Parts: sequence; C-alpha cells; structure tokens
Amino acid sequence: MQTIVASSRTRDTLLLALFSAVVLTAPLWAKAIGAGYPDLLQKFAIFGLFAIGYNLLFGLTGYLSFGHAAFLGVGSYATVWSFKLLTMNVIPAVLLAVAISALFALVIGFLSLRRTGIYFSILTLAFAQMSYNLAYSVLTPITNGETGLRVLRNDPRVLDAALGVQVEGSPLADLFGITLTGYSGFYFCAALLIFGFWVSLRIFRSPFGMKLVAIKSNQTRMEYTGFNPRPYLLSAFVISGMYAGLAGSLMAIVDPLAGAERMQWTASGEVVLMTILGGVGTLIGPIIGAATIKYFENIFSSFNDQVLQQAFDFLPGWLADIMVTVTSPFVGDGWHLTLGVLFMVIIIFLPGGIMEGVRRIAGLFGRKPEEGQA
Amino acid sequence: MSETSRNIVLSIRGVNKTFGGLKALSNINLEIEEGKTHAIIGPNGAGKSTLLNTCIGRIRPDSGSIRFLDHDLTGGDMKPHDINQLGISRVFQTPEIFPELTLLNNVMIPAFAHKEGSFRFNPFSALRTEKAIEEEAMSLLEDFGLADQAHHHAGNLSRGNKRRLELAMCLIQHPKLLLLDEPTAGMARHDTNRTIELLKKIKLRGMTKVIIEHDMHVVFSLADRISVLAQGTIIAEGEPDEIKGHPKVREAYLGSAEI
Repeated sequence: MQTIVASSRTRDTLLLALFSAVVLTAPLWAKAIGAGYPDLLQKFAIFGLFAIGYNLLFGLTGYLSFGHAAFLGVGSYATVWSFKLLTMNVIPAVLLAVAISALFALVIGFLSLRRTGIYFSILTLAFAQMSYNLAYSVLTPITNGETGLRVLRNDPRVLDAALGVQVEGSPLADLFGITLTGYSGFYFCAALLIFGFWVSLRIFRSPFGMKLVAIKSNQTRMEYTGFNPRPYLLSAFVISGMYAGLAGSLMAIVDPLAGAERMQWTASGEVVLMTILGGVGTLIGPIIGAATIKYFENIFSSFNDQVLQQAFDFLPGWLADIMVTVTSPFVGDGWHLTLGVLFMVIIIFLPGGIMEGVRRIAGLFGRKPEEGQA
Repeated sequence: MSETSRNIVLSIRGVNKTFGGLKALSNINLEIEEGKTHAIIGPNGAGKSTLLNTCIGRIRPDSGSIRFLDHDLTGGDMKPHDINQLGISRVFQTPEIFPELTLLNNVMIPAFAHKEGSFRFNPFSALRTEKAIEEEAMSLLEDFGLADQAHHHAGNLSRGNKRRLELAMCLIQHPKLLLLDEPTAGMARHDTNRTIELLKKIKLRGMTKVIIEHDMHVVFSLADRISVLAQGTIIAEGEPDEIKGHPKVREAYLGSAEI
C-alpha cells in the first residue's frame, strides 16, 4: 500500500470538502445509527483528532508509542489551569494546552527516540506511567490528585476579571460569549477536527511525509542516503504529541475537569487500537477506528441483562436464559470483551483494518482501488 | 579535468588498525583518482570491509590519515548521513532500498537529501510541486530499464533489479565518490553481466568509484586500477594487466586458477 502520494490539488480540495461535509452534518446522519447526541459526537471528534495525530507517528514512521495518554492528560491540565487562572475563553486554553504538550513531547521524545522498536515503546510507556503517578500523588498541588482538577467559581481568572466578565452558576467554557456545551461544543471540536485532518492531509502529500515513511521502510538506507532520521522522528513525535494535547484540551473544554486517569496506560492503548482498527498509515482510517470504538462502547456498555432478556424474548425460555448468560459478560462493564473480539476478527481477517475492507469492497465493484486516497 | 596533475579524491596514508590482537590493516596506502574505477580485491578476511569502513570514517584507524577531498575523515566518528552529505554514496552487498515505496519514490528520496541536506522541516510543502526531481528520477529509471515499473513497489523486484534501483538512487545524488560493496554478490551470471554493463555506462559519466569485489570477471571488466589486499596489507597495486601477471597476487589470492 502506497501511503504518500503526490495527489492533485483539486482532488485534495474535494477530499477535504467531503470530509468537512460529513463531519459538520454528523448531528443529522448520526441520528440514523442512534448516535445523534452531542456527548457522543464530541467523543467521535476528540478521539478522531487523537487518532489522526497518533497515526502521524505510528502510521508513517512505524514507531509505536505506548505513552500518548501522557500528552492527553497534560493538555487537559493545561486547559483547566487556563480556565482557572486566565479566562473561560477557550482560545488561550487550547493554545496553552498544545504548547505545553509540545514541550512535554519534545522532552519525552528526545529521550525515548534514543531507542527503536520495543525499547522505544517501553520507554514511552514508562514516561507515561511516571506522569500518571506524579499527577496522582506527588504533583497534587498542580493536579489535585485523585479528586481531579476542577474549575471553581472563585478562581482568579485574571483576564476575565480585567474585562469584568462575571461567572454565574458553575463556570463553563466559552468562545467569545458562546457557551461550548452540547452541539456548540461539538461544532467547536468538529472545526478543530477538520483543521487537524487538513494538517494531516498536507503531511501525507509532502516530501516530509514521504521521508517519514522511508524511515519506517529502511532506516539504514535512509541514513546512508544522507538523512539524519532523529530530527525527523522527533518532529513526528512532537506533532503527534500536540494532537494528543489538543484532544486532551477539548476533553476539558466540553467538560471542565481533568483527572489523572486520563494519563493511564489504558488510554494510550486505546489510541493504538483505534489506529490499527481503522487502518494504520491511512488518512481516514484512524478517525473511523476512533468513531467505531466509541460508538460500540456507547452501545454495548449501555446494555444490561434486562435489555438482553428482551432481545432474546423470541426464543424459548430456557434457550433465552442460556443466551443471556452467555452474552451478558460481553456487555455493560464487560464491553471490552466485545472490543477484544472485534479487534481480533479485524486483525485476523483484515490486517489493514477497516480501510482494507473498504478497499476490498471497492475492488469487488470493479473500481480500481485508489490507494493512498482513502 | 584539464589539469595535468592527477586529482586525488580519496587518499589513505599509513593506516593501521588492530582489533584485539588481530592486525586488520597494516600500513595501507591508497590513492583514488578522480573519474577512475578502483577495485579492491582480496580473499575473505583480507580486511576489505574494514578498509571500506575506515575509508568513510566509520572506523577510527590506530594511526595514519584519511582525506576525502578537503575533509579529514581520520577521526572515525562520522555518521552515515554525514558521509553521504560529503558526497559519498554507497551500494551494499544486499541491496538496501525502500521496499514499501514505489520505484519512483525510491529514487526521489535521495534527491531530496542532495537538495535539502540531512534535515529540513517542511511538512507543508507539496510533493506535486517537485517536478524537477520527479523528472530526473524518471529519466534515471528509463536509463536503467525500470521506467515501466516506476509506480510499482520496489519490494517485488528481482535481486538484479533491486541492485539497478539502488544504483539509480545513488546516481541521482551525483556523488563525488561511489562505493560498491560486492555489487554482484549473490547474482546469477545473467544479472551479473547486466550489472557490469550498467556500471560501464556509469563509468562513461566519469564517476569515481571504489569497488570491493571478489568476482574476477567483474573486476577485470570494470577496473582501471586494482589493489590486492591480503592479510591486512596491500601486496600489489596496478593496472588490470599488471595484476593478472603479478606472481605475488597469484600466490596469495588467485592460487593456481587461470584468469
């Protein structure tokens, strides 16, 4: 599969327009699949961004980071602190979150990229777990430990105070007077998702992106070809860290609090799953992977035995009981079992993820698969 | 070059290298002239690879000096990308290419290294605007008979074609020195002959080359000058005809075999 292509400007513009249209009309079409409410749509956009950024590192360079949740957490904390100290306006919060996560990524990336392969993954995991434990205990004055960092009514908010903005009730994030909750929150996330997609598209169409893929393909040749792989890898690491920081920031914007659990390794693992499920190294795949996981999480985790009982009502009583017993571990809190099965099925039958399935179906209909486009 | 004096690209003087108690290189003197193809031959374990890696500053000699044009490479602390940026391209025993990329991209990437240096952060520049590089890469692929596969993945090529591709990747950088480490190793006779033809063509471009090889057929078809390495020392050096008849060479390397 060819990842980086020199696509024409018209085709890219079309792709971006199509993407924007699908994202912005999500509140309409998502109703049809039972996902038409803002909380879930926000999650699609936020985790979509997280996965796009992660894919720029893992998909292009092949370096599997197992610690990107650290940047997610850093972005959230930075955002909440901006809400506490500066203003409830989201612009400074987002900029601060992205800048600080870039700084973190620079340090962690610089140290972790001294190693490759599994050792790189372990180093990133170690840094992320360190961050998690620091946030949970030692850095309590900054992170408020296990309670999590919250925005309070009597926080200083110097910019808001200077401008005479008063907070009534519990403080909510806003964009120049528009409160970012519900659908307005979703549209803010969607706008940033489209921007993030555009940046990713540009990288996928650039010599820079091609060099990242070349590092994945053959690092020895890359070195003897005159490139120093380290700064390329570090750039990719920092860029993907900034995406993670942005995603973390958006999490804190739609729900103004930040907790240490956002940094835990399960969150790092989740973005790896999303990227692989959707299609590593493809433009759209990671977003589809993120949306798929969040969608199924939403459906399956809401099921309980009662719902199952109703679903199997058409069966004879004794058979329905068996079916309920068998399926109940896969729903509710146990929905991760379903995720595991889904993941295994996809990886065994479609190693290229959902995007490979799309390409195969496109191939069946006689259309020449447009590699790299998808 | 119109100058009457010889232009020396690579000059190695009095180089010694010991690994543990083993004398890998002893008192090596070598001068590679511009535009010439210089072959280094010798039996297995003669020190060919050590010499090659010393030449490009990857191994630090115990004594002696190595100069490439105006650069002193004696320190032995050169990174592969530094070596390449000085103008030395290298072909490996096993072709090192980018198997997941198309042939065209394989050839374009080295051109970027030549144009932009070892690192440039330009994630927003578009690949489609790099027409000059694409055209040069395409014309090289045509010269090497690979143009019809330009948009296929390089991983599916035959051994011989991978070697041709690797040579194209080196040539697009217009290197001042091309190092070939056993360029026909593991190839069938047919592919070997095709590679020799190709290397002869490159010779017409006046490129300076160092070939490490033990296939005599390849060496005598291509080399302007031959150095014979045995047990870490150069036991003979000269034109191919001189080497063919050299008694010491026959004894140390060629044995009783007819050339």
